[in-house]
Amino acid sequence: MTVLQVVALALVAAGGTAVVATRDPLRQAMVVGIFGLSLAALFLVFQAPDVALSQIVVGTVALPVLILFTLAKLKAIEGDEEDDE
Amino acid sequence: MSLAVRRRVFLVAAAGFGALIVWGLTGLPDFGVEIGHLGTRIAHAAVPERHVTAAVSAINFDYRAFDTLGEEFILFTAAAGVALLLRSGRGERERPHIDASPDRQVPETSDLVRVFGVGLIGFTLLLGLYVVFHGHLTPGGGFQGGVVLAAAVLVVYLAGEWVSAGRLRPVAAMEALEATGAAGFAALGLAGLVAGRAFFQNVLPLGRSGQLLSGGTIPLGNLTVGLEVMGALLLVFSEFLEQALLLRRRS
Repeated sequence: MTVLQVVALALVAAGGTAVVATRDPLRQAMVVGIFGLSLAALFLVFQAPDVALSQIVVGTVALPVLILFTLAKLKAIEGDEEDDE
Repeated sequence: MSLAVRRRVFLVAAAGFGALIVWGLTGLPDFGVEIGHLGTRIAHAAVPERHVTAAVSAINFDYRAFDTLGEEFILFTAAAGVALLLRSGRGERERPHIDASPDRQVPETSDLVRVFGVGLIGFTLLLGLYVVFHGHLTPGGGFQGGVVLAAAVLVVYLAGEWVSAGRLRPVAAMEALEATGAAGFAALGLAGLVAGRAFFQNVLPLGRSGQLLSGGTIPLGNLTVGLEVMGALLLVFSEFLEQALLLRRRS
């Protein structure tokens, strides 16, 4: 195992823990994006560039965006309920 | 069940689970040891047999294209499911975009975001097309390129008023894109049968390795899958956008 691989593994472990430790969903959406990027780096140093590409686009673009949209929708529902009161 | 009992049950279960994990981990092969020989074989066979320099693409779109067909339809079904689940419900109505309501002061998109967004659209589109069309030569391919292409459209939303413009959310076109891609890939499989050979057998001339037009049906597979992935993701993004910004409970 090279130094680069050890660093990538450590980053992924730290990133995954950070995602779980973040309590605010909005921040969590950002942290999960950064975690996705570190996962892509891991795949790259383990010589799987195809998987790394997929991980970059899905993990750092698609997933956080979908979470953000969902949060916006939930906030809108809360706003509607306040209007009703 | 009281807290103490629950904790005891958890500790017993966690200890058992931990023991099983450690037992399983000790049985794993050492780091970097090669298991199975298919990987090496295909890496050596991809260039002489299929004239493609990306062995992963040779597996995905030729040797095991049948698996990719299944994966493709997983995505197709998932996008259809999202569209079905996120349809406007009976108690919901579409309301004017938030920026259009007269009593609301919404800060405009900053010039910086706009300039970077407009600059990024071209780069992202080019990168997506490059990744799709060079799938058989370099890492990447239809799946990755398709997502990048969908992201390019997302940048349009970020840089401008996608939702309020409305015309930039052509759901029919996205559906057509997705269906064309999915059907096109299935047709590639049938092409093998029509030529009197196996399903998904490479029936086109293979060309010279390393050139853009090489690998027979593999680049076509990348292209059709790219269209399908782009259409499916755009459809999912669009449904989420509509839910987040346009639909409200009928009051």
